[in-house]
Amino acid sequence: MLIELGHFALILAFVIAIIQAVLGLIYWRSDVRIANFVRSAAIWQFILISFSFMSVVYAFVVSDFSLSLAYQHSYSLQPLIYKITAVWGNHEGSILLWVLILVLFSAAVAVFGRDLPRQLRTLVLAVQGILGAAFMGFSIFTSNPFARLDPAPFEGTDLNPILQDIGLAIHPPLLYLGYVGFSVCFSFAIAALISGKIDAAWARWVRPWTVVSWVFLTLGNAMGSYWAYYELGWGGWWFWDPVENSSFMPWLVGTALMHSAIVMEKRNALKIWTIFLAIMTFSLSLLGAFLVRSGILTSVHTFASDPTRGLVLLALLGVSIGAAFTIFAIRAPSLRAGGLFAPISREGALVLNNLFLATATAAILVGTLYPLILDALMGARISVGAPFFDLTFGVLMVPLLIVLPFGAFLGWKRADLIAVTQRLAGAAGLALLIAIVIFMLTGAEIRLAPLGVFLGFWVAFGSMADLIYRSKFGKIALGESLKRLFGLSKSIWSTALAHFGVGVTVIGIVIVSAWESENITTMKVGESVDLAGYSIKFTVADERQGPNYTISHFEFDVMAKNGKVRQVVSEKRVYMASSMPTTEAGILTYGFSQLYVAVGDADEEGVQVVRIWHKPYILLIWIGTLFMAGAGFLSLSNRKARVGVPKQAKAKRAKAKVNKSKAKTNKGSA
Amino acid sequence: MTRKQKRLSIIAGLGLVIALAAILIFTALSDKITFFYSPSELQEDPIAVGQAFRLGGLVQEDSWVKEGEYNIFYITDNALAVKVIYKQILPDLFREGQGVIAEGSLDAEGVFIATNVLAKHDENYIPKEVVDTLKERGEWKEDEQGDDY
Repeated sequence: MLIELGHFALILAFVIAIIQAVLGLIYWRSDVRIANFVRSAAIWQFILISFSFMSVVYAFVVSDFSLSLAYQHSYSLQPLIYKITAVWGNHEGSILLWVLILVLFSAAVAVFGRDLPRQLRTLVLAVQGILGAAFMGFSIFTSNPFARLDPAPFEGTDLNPILQDIGLAIHPPLLYLGYVGFSVCFSFAIAALISGKIDAAWARWVRPWTVVSWVFLTLGNAMGSYWAYYELGWGGWWFWDPVENSSFMPWLVGTALMHSAIVMEKRNALKIWTIFLAIMTFSLSLLGAFLVRSGILTSVHTFASDPTRGLVLLALLGVSIGAAFTIFAIRAPSLRAGGLFAPISREGALVLNNLFLATATAAILVGTLYPLILDALMGARISVGAPFFDLTFGVLMVPLLIVLPFGAFLGWKRADLIAVTQRLAGAAGLALLIAIVIFMLTGAEIRLAPLGVFLGFWVAFGSMADLIYRSKFGKIALGESLKRLFGLSKSIWSTALAHFGVGVTVIGIVIVSAWESENITTMKVGESVDLAGYSIKFTVADERQGPNYTISHFEFDVMAKNGKVRQVVSEKRVYMASSMPTTEAGILTYGFSQLYVAVGDADEEGVQVVRIWHKPYILLIWIGTLFMAGAGFLSLSNRKARVGVPKQAKAKRAKAKVNKSKAKTNKGSA
Repeated sequence: MTRKQKRLSIIAGLGLVIALAAILIFTALSDKITFFYSPSELQEDPIAVGQAFRLGGLVQEDSWVKEGEYNIFYITDNALAVKVIYKQILPDLFREGQGVIAEGSLDAEGVFIATNVLAKHDENYIPKEVVDTLKERGEWKEDEQGDDY
């Protein structure tokens, strides 16, 4: 019964979304009542979809296998957390989660966007309504999560064991919050194009939404990478898999958008470009959804390959991107281009940032789509793999990373490059010193790696240099400097921290790529093997029992250089319902480095294949992303950039209200 | 510089970067892509020793042996078979008789030295390229496909 109510709530929300979109688009200019209706419609959709979503969650939690979805993806012995996460560990449920987050953002615009100009808000919500209706329709007509089975089976068929991990509770919701969050930027862009009002204020309103979405997308991608690293047992953290690319592209363009919106806000320039990026970011999110969910690709992310769903998604993608760019093409030329500016300036540096991020995205887009297009047109079977992406993306990132520390130092309008270079000399010298030391320690045979390390430290130190310079360390008393340091504005801190995070991630990527070592060998219990200064002894091999799987359990004692011994457990599991095996790698963390132990098959005499990696400084990759995300949150806590911050001061608004009510009473009396 | 010259030089600079990036992307594309071959296609259109490509087909029944940390097996399209050596841990779902894609290159004896064997995420999954070639060769049996779940 609850399930049917949930289904009904989804259909009701679908109808409301259509009405909201139609009324909003027709009457955005005129009517206050329509504006109010559109706002409450957005909030009601969120309430309805939440109920709808919870009804499915409930069926999973109580193992109601009469719900077809629960039968297919759950199992009564599954731990509770995986029963809940199994709701979105499949095609239908993940679309429902997507819809839930979409209406969450619409409701957030309705609630926090109180102080947006009425017409803009109505238009934004109307566009959100179109997107909502499209995805609710997709769910209702092609991917119904509420289908029942009669008679109800006694037992479910289990969630894909690879997905039975805490990662499923974190990675998809974060990623969707990022993906779908950019829909708000998209809607703001379309609304601006329709109303023709595109100014610095628009950029100020849209920026917090960009930052929120970007923070979630950053965390979602980082979490996905770490999950793949520890769960898949291959020891890699990024594969340039088309699915990864399709969530990385919106991140890159979203990063560009975040920076160009600053130029638009401060200098009233790059307007057309910023609008273009706002449309592009969400379009790439949609493209990602299409690639992942249509079944074109084969991956753990593609749950079902029903051709009609793929076609409907392609149509959805084509219509929304096509319509958006048509409006863009019609309206963009009528926008007044912003003023020119000097190449050596903050805005000049941000243009370079955008240029390199956009071309890097283009490179990834070409590499991702080329095999698909070639296959569709000529039936040629090729694949574009890591060598292509490493080369193109790597080459395009080098100039970006070189320029990055300058950017934050340069002033708006026009800046003195020589003075900035002098201020950055310390950071450059320090980074160079570290690179030279590494070069000497490791020998000259790895030539690119010290350069990469230099770039990473250059970005990390260069970002900190801004803070040090601004708080005048060494020029005034230390206490005074510290006071200044903590008094610096949140926007300066968040810029420095985010860029510092980029540096940290680069350092991690370069070090682990250049200096990781591995050993694949066969071992019997009692034998030892050495790797990167660690001695790994195989101690235990036995069979055990998990809640819904059986375990081949292996223990190793790892002795570090300092003689300390730690134990690590590596497992192979076979899940009962699906009889599918998985590998649970054993990971030991030493500082920022990790030792990774995966066990393969045994031969007849019980000799076990063991694969051990030493991953130096690998944790820096994800720690850097935490800095970036943290910086994003910090910038959001800045009162000046908060979501839906009032345009006018409170007093002024109160006055305006009084005036309004006066006007009303005047009307009444007249 | 006049305003117009300034504008032109900025546009020229941006254009130059984009052009260089485009050249980079397209040279990399012609250089770094890998082609997919089935054993029969390999016979018809041989590949140079050491040239990286992807070999796909079914793991031949009773062909998989382990010698220490080396896995040796044959990939077949039910017409021809190619010997593959892989010194890594095979994916969890590697089975004889099932679809597989291996990345690597041929050595002088015509043995495929795999650097990577693609993991499957699902019991019944057969790589799309493998399904296509089997269909082309008339070796595809519908029941091999199984259900989605």
